[in-house]
Amino acid sequence: MIRLQNIEKVYRTDTIETLALNSVTLDVAKGEFLSIMGPSGCGKSTLLNIMGLLDAPSRGMIQIADKKTDNLSDKQLAQFRNKTLGFIFQSYHLINDLQVLDNVELPLLYRDTTAKERRMLATEALEKVGLSNRIKHFPTQLSGGQRQRVAIARAIVGKPDIILADEPTGNLDSAMGNEIMDILINLNRNEGTTIVMVTHDENMAHKTHRLVRLFDGSQVQ
Amino acid sequence: MLKNYFKIAIAVLRRRKFFTFISLFGISFTLTILLVLTAFIDKVVGDSYPDRKRDRSLYISRMTEVMQQDGTSSGPVSFYFLDHFVGSLKIPAALAISSGFSGTNTYVNNKKIAVSYKYTNAAYWDVMEYDFIEGKAFNKQQIDNADKVAVISEDMKNQYFGDIPSVVGKYIEADNVKYRVTGVVKNVPITSYMLFSDIYLPYTVAKTDFRKDKGYRGGFFGVLLAKSTGDVSRMQSEFNAMVRRLPMESKDYKKIYCHADPYIVSYVDTGDEKRSGVMLVLSIIGIFTLLVMLLPTLNLVNINITRIMERSSEIGVRKAFGASSRTLVYQFIVENIILTLLGGFIGVILSIIALHFLNSLNLIPNLVLSINFTVLAIGLLVCLIFGLLSGVYPAWRMSKLNVVTALKSQ
Repeated sequence: MIRLQNIEKVYRTDTIETLALNSVTLDVAKGEFLSIMGPSGCGKSTLLNIMGLLDAPSRGMIQIADKKTDNLSDKQLAQFRNKTLGFIFQSYHLINDLQVLDNVELPLLYRDTTAKERRMLATEALEKVGLSNRIKHFPTQLSGGQRQRVAIARAIVGKPDIILADEPTGNLDSAMGNEIMDILINLNRNEGTTIVMVTHDENMAHKTHRLVRLFDGSQVQ
Repeated sequence: MLKNYFKIAIAVLRRRKFFTFISLFGISFTLTILLVLTAFIDKVVGDSYPDRKRDRSLYISRMTEVMQQDGTSSGPVSFYFLDHFVGSLKIPAALAISSGFSGTNTYVNNKKIAVSYKYTNAAYWDVMEYDFIEGKAFNKQQIDNADKVAVISEDMKNQYFGDIPSVVGKYIEADNVKYRVTGVVKNVPITSYMLFSDIYLPYTVAKTDFRKDKGYRGGFFGVLLAKSTGDVSRMQSEFNAMVRRLPMESKDYKKIYCHADPYIVSYVDTGDEKRSGVMLVLSIIGIFTLLVMLLPTLNLVNINITRIMERSSEIGVRKAFGASSRTLVYQFIVENIILTLLGGFIGVILSIIALHFLNSLNLIPNLVLSINFTVLAIGLLVCLIFGLLSGVYPAWRMSKLNVVTALKSQ
């Protein structure tokens, strides 16, 4: 589903050159639940951003859902992300000015859908994460766990093949973290969604199919 | 999609109320100034009462005489010049002659009333189309007889006689002379300075005999009326030819400039042959409008950049979930147009209040300003230009934001 070959990422300033990823090669199979671990600054999030086409590698090849992505324009990249990828962030990144339902509808705004369809699909996604009774709330009126569930609903509303989660339980206590993990596991098991998750938590990582470890930008396991 | 943009625009406006206040104040205040200005220009330029035949009229407002030594002498023309030289032209169908208005005081029940009066010839009433509320103008016979008759304005009637149905045949006193009222006309605003007055009198009743003064310059204006619009340029050529043949008033002068021009050109004539009054007025209005619009636009650009950058996390999320840079530019421009239209709406209300206030102050006699559809359309256009000008640059800058950087900024 995801194929990364010899991915390198170098950050350059006028004086310093930092190698964030060093020749990382990784294949993620369809329906796989993969976790990435490593110490802070080892390049986990950079790798996830490159998989999510949010950042471009300095060198290497990316193939997602059988499509090479190096030559896509800004508009094509946006469309590709919209159809194929869903994101979950550690700090949720919900839009506080919009109600829960509007937040979940967001990816559908950039597709050819009617308002009625958007409403229906967003309500369906919120039901899956157990938040159908909170659709009129604003994010600031919800707990951390509830906010992350809204973020998951937003990630799955467009039925993407792949979900990329950057420390989804990082801001939550263990009970809430487990709840979120259960939702992701069910999503992977029942819907066949491919999930790549960056985490610091060994327990969470061991619940996934495979664990990849990074150290100083290189893959060590 | 638009509903979503609208929701977020309103939410953003409510989030930072002080910024919103500054933005809305900037837009609405600027718009109010522009709307009042355009209402004023529209009234002064667009209102063709009482000279409704402007398309076939030429106005003679001033003469400039160039001295032998350096220097020029300039001012309104004399009755003699108009009557003797301009009156001899063949093409014009009629020549309206009137003096500039002068001020005096009159008293009613020991109450002082300031009065403006001017002298006219008989043709003045044929060339102009005053709306008579009652009665009629004085005629040539009455002028030749030097009858003490007068046409007064509606405003004068109300001030002098009070609220009575008819005043024709009654006497009005001005400058210790009593005049019999022959007619009452609808008010003319003072901005039509060549035509405005409270009392119109035959030129023959003046204490000085204007016909005797053979100088070219005095305190008079002339309006030449052509038979048809096709005759206007011929009439102008004939006038210019007459001026070229005009003998110098004295040895002190070497050149005479005098023009019969369309209304606007004559209205803003500065007497300066090298600089067109129209260009001067247009330049002043242009610079004023630019300054009035430029400052709030720059202010809005600045505020918008701050506001948009505050929302970089939202920009990151939208991009991650499929918004292209172009879509985001569109979103932020729509949001900004919503803001400016809101400011525009407030501006229109403020303008109505300001115009009502200005009218009630009666700073300029008889000038009643109002918002009309032209002014409203200009206002809406100004709002849209505002929205685009102040929204495009911040939106473009924001759309170039890197997704990862945008997401990290929260």
